[in-house]
This record gives sequence, structure tokens and C-alpha cells, in this order.
Amino acid sequence: MTERTLIQAVNSALQDALAGDERVLLLGEDIGVNGGVFRATEGLLEMFGEHRVVDTPLSEAGILGTAVGLAANGLIPIAEIQFMGFIYPGFEQLVAHVARLRTRSRGRYSAPMVVRVPYGGRIRAPELHSDSTETYFIHTPGLTVVTPSNPYDAKGLLLAAAASPDPVIFLEPMHIYRAFRQEVPDDPYTVPLGQAAVVKPGKDVTVISWGSMVRDVAKIAEAMEGSGGPSVELVDLRTLSPIDEDTVFASVRRTGRAVIVHEAVQSLGLGAELAARISEFCILDLEAPVTRVAAWDVPPPLFRLEDWHVPTEARIRAGIERVMTF
Amino acid sequence: MADTAMLRKPSDVTDDVLLNLYTEMVRLRVFDRRCVRLQRAGRIGTYPPLEGQEACQVASTLALRRQDFVVPTYRDYGAMMVHGVPMEHILMYWNGRAEGCEIPDDVNVFPIAVPIATQLPHAAGLAWAAKLRGIDQVALGFFGDGASSEGDFHEALNFAGVFQIPVIFFCENNQYAISVPFRRQTATQTIAEKAAAYGVRGVRVNGQDALEVYRAVRSAVEQAAAGGGPTLIEALTYRYGAHTTSDDPSKYRDPSEADAWRERDPIVQLRQSLVSWGLWDDEAETELLERLESEVTAAVARMEALGPPNPDHLFDCVYAELSPHLERQRRALRAELKDWEGTDQ
Ligand SMILES: Cc1ncc(C[n+]2csc(CCOP(=O)(O)OP(=O)(O)O)c2C)c(N)n1
Repeated sequence: MTERTLIQAVNSALQDALAGDERVLLLGEDIGVNGGVFRATEGLLEMFGEHRVVDTPLSEAGILGTAVGLAANGLIPIAEIQFMGFIYPGFEQLVAHVARLRTRSRGRYSAPMVVRVPYGGRIRAPELHSDSTETYFIHTPGLTVVTPSNPYDAKGLLLAAAASPDPVIFLEPMHIYRAFRQEVPDDPYTVPLGQAAVVKPGKDVTVISWGSMVRDVAKIAEAMEGSGGPSVELVDLRTLSPIDEDTVFASVRRTGRAVIVHEAVQSLGLGAELAARISEFCILDLEAPVTRVAAWDVPPPLFRLEDWHVPTEARIRAGIERVMTF
Repeated sequence: MADTAMLRKPSDVTDDVLLNLYTEMVRLRVFDRRCVRLQRAGRIGTYPPLEGQEACQVASTLALRRQDFVVPTYRDYGAMMVHGVPMEHILMYWNGRAEGCEIPDDVNVFPIAVPIATQLPHAAGLAWAAKLRGIDQVALGFFGDGASSEGDFHEALNFAGVFQIPVIFFCENNQYAISVPFRRQTATQTIAEKAAAYGVRGVRVNGQDALEVYRAVRSAVEQAAAGGGPTLIEALTYRYGAHTTSDDPSKYRDPSEADAWRERDPIVQLRQSLVSWGLWDDEAETELLERLESEVTAAVARMEALGPPNPDHLFDCVYAELSPHLERQRRALRAELKDWEGTDQ
């Protein structure tokens, strides 16, 4: 066990993945000599050499396109895209090929790979460095989409992703890369894909969130409860696609109320899909309409306005109060 | 030996232009060094220094005509200022203020492109429109050596060649894309030679030599304006500092490299020439530095006088007209902020 930040947990997982399976190789911009712009791959070039930790030319289509071929021919690429806002030049490869290779070859080929993507705002970064567009990937059948909210899950989910027979988009919430430390085992372990976690049990209302927002919601929930407010059950979705319906539905059936909090813009954010499924399957258990607390439907702004774009504490509280008083 | 031991004064460039090249380069350097300090002091956000690349940005832009388009990357705010974007807007931009995105109506500068190489097809399109509309206008798109690895670079060149577009692609080959050295971007010796594959003229210049850059761009503008189509110019240069203020170049390059490039510093070289031609002296230098320091100070003061950010800026330019849905969201935000202590909304 070592106390690790989320980014250190990622580094530890990558090290274990490389050490544990010689088919694994890392691809990305500035991941070798520089150790990654966030230092996720620090030290790995020295440990595993330049054929396994590869500084690529500056080309997301090149990275993701060659990853398809690498994966189909016996290797397991773990690609780093520097920021979510820069994945789009490789979008074609993801949507048309990474996600569909298994379908399109009737199972003859597959593209097991992990695409690591730092995402989300609130680090005061320049333009285009704060996107939270997970919906594009969730909306693409064939991709598994995962995001951890803490260091322990980061390592376990990343190792599970590397072992998955299918491609996984692994979203890393930059806002909490170094926000706090947690005991993380030194040895390899996995946190299963497709399983949400109830991070805080409660009776009155279920709040579903993921990534960096989980921490915000946890604090708000505790503060509300401490001052005589509702008892909040907090579900960390962890895998965004496919959704762990069992955990979500069981919680909502218990509490009768659901609020979804995400950093992505509201329209067609994952909250929309969750609200639809909860309405379809839990309607008779609901005491109030499902509510979403999300970013406004506008492009992520330059950083001076970003705290007002993503869900604020006031908006999250108001969302919870709204379903409580319906 | 210096690249440009220009003993004889050039006859094809006026004194005004020579002095302009110099003073604008110094202006960018004074600005740049101040910005790095402001960032360290937490008064602006992450900032990508340009020091070392002044000749590339100044000489290329001064060779354009006022009506021509400058299409920049994040590092080309220097060129933007040379073409007429107010200094305080650049400061505001790097300070995360929406106001920093404003571009005066009579200044043909495109917004900063952050995703690598994506601006190059825009430059081609802007210039293509000029050609189709019969307007005497060219566009100059900046890019770095790393950008030559992206598809958009190749697609832009191909369109430019196929449609004989009056566009100039200007590569500031500063040897690195963050930590990745030029030799990892391409197996060719140069960027310039890639132009040939698209039927585009390709030239390579010394990017530390303002006059050489100026002449190359001037001739590319003349050719483009005369219907001679596109040019790719590769200028060899170096960024002395970090990729951005979040970067630590000691992780990937030896400091002696920068020292060697500084010996061919574009500003020092041009100053020596100007002095030898009798166009510059110590007194002029002192006066210039004082003037520029106070220009930057005044711009910083305007940035800092802005007051709190305006939340309406989230909404006001997303569409030509706000939809009822966004209208509702804007109302909700305004109401939230009214309740929120510390705002005077
Ligand atoms: C599509 C895309 N991928 C990655 C990045 C992250 N990034 C920002 S600058 C940079 C290096 C760019 O190098 P180069 O084109 O040589 O320009 P320079 O920064 O040296 O001026 C990278 C990889 C980005 N901005 N856009």
C-alpha cells in the first residue's frame, strides 16, 4: 500500500500493465522522454524502453488508427490523448473503426485497447483544455467508457480496462489528478468494469455522478445532512457505458428520488439517458421527476467563467431540494 | 559567425520597414517577458512564451498588406498584435477573459487556434473565398513543426495546390513540439520539401533573420496576389523558453541548445545591422525600451481594470439569437448569482 494521488495511481497501473503483459505498449504525445504533460507516464520509458513507451508524431488519427492495427495484430495499445479537446482529429478512427472492428469483421478481429483521456474543467487551463464530451463516446456502441473518481478506482479500473477484450475510453478527471491521496495497493488489482459504487448510503434521494463531481456532491451531501437536510445516497457510476442499471435502479427504488450531476452540458449528457431509463423502469417508485444538474448548453468558456458553467454548489443543492420538495 | 553579417544596407527594404521590424520584435520580447512574470505572480493563466521566434512572427506579418488575413496558433499572439489586435486583448485572453477574444472589425486576424493544425484549412478557405470573390487578399496561416504530422496540414496544402489558392503556410520550425524533437515528427529533412507533393511552392528560410523572412513572405504575397497560388515557408527558429509556463524544458533538452540559438538572436542581429547602417543607437534603444515598458504596463492596467467577469458572456455569442432554452438557462444563472454573495448582479 502506498498513499497515491490519482495521477500516481494511473502511473502505477501503467507500470503494472507493462510489467505484467509484454503485449502492452504505450503510445502518445510527450509520454516518453517528458513523462507525459501530467506526468502519468513518468519513469516508464526508462523502465520499459522506447519500443514499449512510444513518443509518437503529433497525430491523434495516427495514434488511434495505428492502435487499431496494433491491437488487431496481437498487441495491446494504451494510448494517451493529451486532452479531451484534442481527441477529435482521431474521432473518425474511434467511431468508424475502433468501436466497430469486432462487428464489422463478424468477430474475426477486435481492437482491445485503452484510450486514456484527461478530461473536464476547473484547472484554469487554456481554451479547449476543459472539454467534458463523454457523450460522444457513450453514444458510440462498441466502446466502453470509464471514469474514476479516486486513486484506488483509477488503478483498478485502468488495469481492468487493459485486460478488457474490447476498447475502453478511460477518462481521467484532471481536476482531481492531485487533489487528494488514498491508500493504493502496490500490486496489481482490478476494479470491475460495468459496476457502479454506492459511495455513501442514504435514504431520501439518490444522486448519481462520476469523475471529479463525485467529490463535490459528497461534500454537499454531508453538509446538507449535517444541517438537518435530506439523507443522500451517492452513486459513483464509474463505468459510463454500459450503465450499471442494477445499482442505479436499486438505489432509486429505495429512495424514490434521483438527481444526476455532471460536468458535461445538459442536452444529451449522460443524465438524459439515465433519466430516461429510470423513468422507464422505476416510474412507480418515483416521488418526483428525475432532475439533472449539468453545465449550461454552451461551449466551455475561457477559465474565468468556468466555475459558473459547470454545476455550482448552489445548483447542486437546489437540484436536491427540488426533488425533495416536489 | 552570425547568420547575417549584413555589411551593406539593403536596397529593397525601406528604412521605415527596417526600423519597424526591429521595434516590433523588441515590443514582442518586452511583452513576452512581462507575461512570463505575470504568470509566475498569478496575474494571468498558463502562457506560451514566444521568445526566440520574434523574427518569424514580426517579419512575416509586416510583409502582409493590411487587408490580408493572419491565421494564428496559440503562440502567434505576437503576429496578432503586429497585425492590429490590441495588446490588452491578448493579455485578457491568457487571463481567461472572454473579452480577450474580441478582434476589432478592421483587423483581419482569425481567432487563436488551439487544436494543432486545424487553422490551416481555415487559412486556405479564407484565401479561397478572396479568390472566388475577386478580392485582392491573401491569408497567412501559422503552424509549428509538430503540426506537420496532423492530417489537417496535408489536407490544407492539397486544397491550396488543387485550387491554386492565394494562401501562405508559414511554419515556425522551432525544433520541438512540446518535448518531441523535429526528427520524431518526420523522416524528411525539411518541412519545406513536403510542399512539392501537393504542387505547392516550398521554401526554407533562416527564421532568426528578420530580413530573410520578410523577403520570403513579401515574394509569396506578390505571387499569390498575382494569381501564382500558394507557398509553404519553413522558417528555422527556436523557442528559448518553455512550451508553456506549465512545461519544464530541462526534462527534454540541454540548455546549451538554447544558448547556441541565442547567439543568433534575431533582435541582437538586426540591432547590430541597424547600428552599422547608422539607423540606430543607444539613445534610441533606451527610449524604445521605456516606451514599450510603459505600453505594456498600460495594457496590463487595462486588463486588470476589467472588473468581475460577466456571466452573460457564457451565452451571448453562442448563436446569432439565443434560443428560448438558452434564454431560460441564462435566467437561471442570473438568478443564482443574485443570491450569491459577492456579486453585484
Ligand atoms: C490536436 C492537438 N493535439 C495535441 C495538442 C496538445 N499540444 C499543444 S501544443 C503541442 C505541440 C505543438 O507543437 P508545434 O506544432 O511544433 O508548435 P509549437 O508549440 O512548437 O509552437 C501539443 C502536442 C493540441 N493542442 N492539439
